[in-house]
Amino acid sequence: MAEAHTAQGAAHHPALQHHFDDMDQQRDASSLGMWVFLVTEILFFGGFFLAYTLYRHQMPLGFAAASRHMDIMLGTLNTAVLIVSSLTMAMAVHSAATGRKRLLQLFLVATMILGATFLVVKAFEYTHHIQHQLFPGASFRFPGPYASQAEMFYSLYFGMTGLHALHMVVGLGILSVLLWQATRNRYSPEYHTPVEVSGLYWHFVDIVWIFLFPLLYLIGRHAAE
Amino acid sequence: MSQHVVPRKAYVAVFAALVVLTAVTTTVAFLDLGPWNTVVALGIAFTKATLVVLIFMHLKYSSRLTRVVVAGGLFWLAILLALTLSDFFTRGWLVVLGS
Repeated sequence: MAEAHTAQGAAHHPALQHHFDDMDQQRDASSLGMWVFLVTEILFFGGFFLAYTLYRHQMPLGFAAASRHMDIMLGTLNTAVLIVSSLTMAMAVHSAATGRKRLLQLFLVATMILGATFLVVKAFEYTHHIQHQLFPGASFRFPGPYASQAEMFYSLYFGMTGLHALHMVVGLGILSVLLWQATRNRYSPEYHTPVEVSGLYWHFVDIVWIFLFPLLYLIGRHAAE
Repeated sequence: MSQHVVPRKAYVAVFAALVVLTAVTTTVAFLDLGPWNTVVALGIAFTKATLVVLIFMHLKYSSRLTRVVVAGGLFWLAILLALTLSDFFTRGWLVVLGS
């Protein structure tokens, strides 16, 4: 936008769509479009966070008892995994912007490995919960007087982390496409918008987890019995 | 704004801050601070999210239009939360005759 008078040469970049004036405008439009999508995602997850807040307010003791069954170390491990993956994603964007294809490929692969690691840890946790009959439904068992409240906690837990994990799976698909396109030399310092907006998506999914982690794993541990 | 390549140093600094804040929030969870456990945990989460949004997601370097859209989205989320919670959390405050 600031450099509106781009040299004519840049206007002929093969990746420039005809309805944009120049590459800068095209990139700004793509980035804005991704942010608009992410705003709808904020409100999508926001509904879950609202439901969580209401039920936690209504059922403090049951939520506290239920969240004490969460493995805080696995939660912390997965938080760390996602933070590292956000760094590698940021570095992938940086590598694309500076035209380093080999590094771009490496950082994309690293991000995918970390994303897959997160999902594997999550799968272990789910298996553990299900074996202990903590999956909401007819077979749900919870010791003590707060079984039905704990069931509400686990409904929200599986709903929120499940929706988050689904976003991770989608993210892995997006990263695979980026890796394939990077291998085909589709990205350059002038045009790497797909890498950039996919980075926005990946970081957003990280942010959702940044809030899920304290709400589901951390804050209920000391609530009064 | 035209393309702005964020220096790698900024990414690494944010990453280090995120790791430290995660260690702090997990450690604090083992202490009993009463209601402050929630305040500290959410405060740290907001700090981490802000760092990610500003640096990793380049919002600090984005166009004003993009920043307005993000602010608008957060404002809408605030409406969702504030209006619903102000209803639910205040239902016990008034005694309604005949109910």
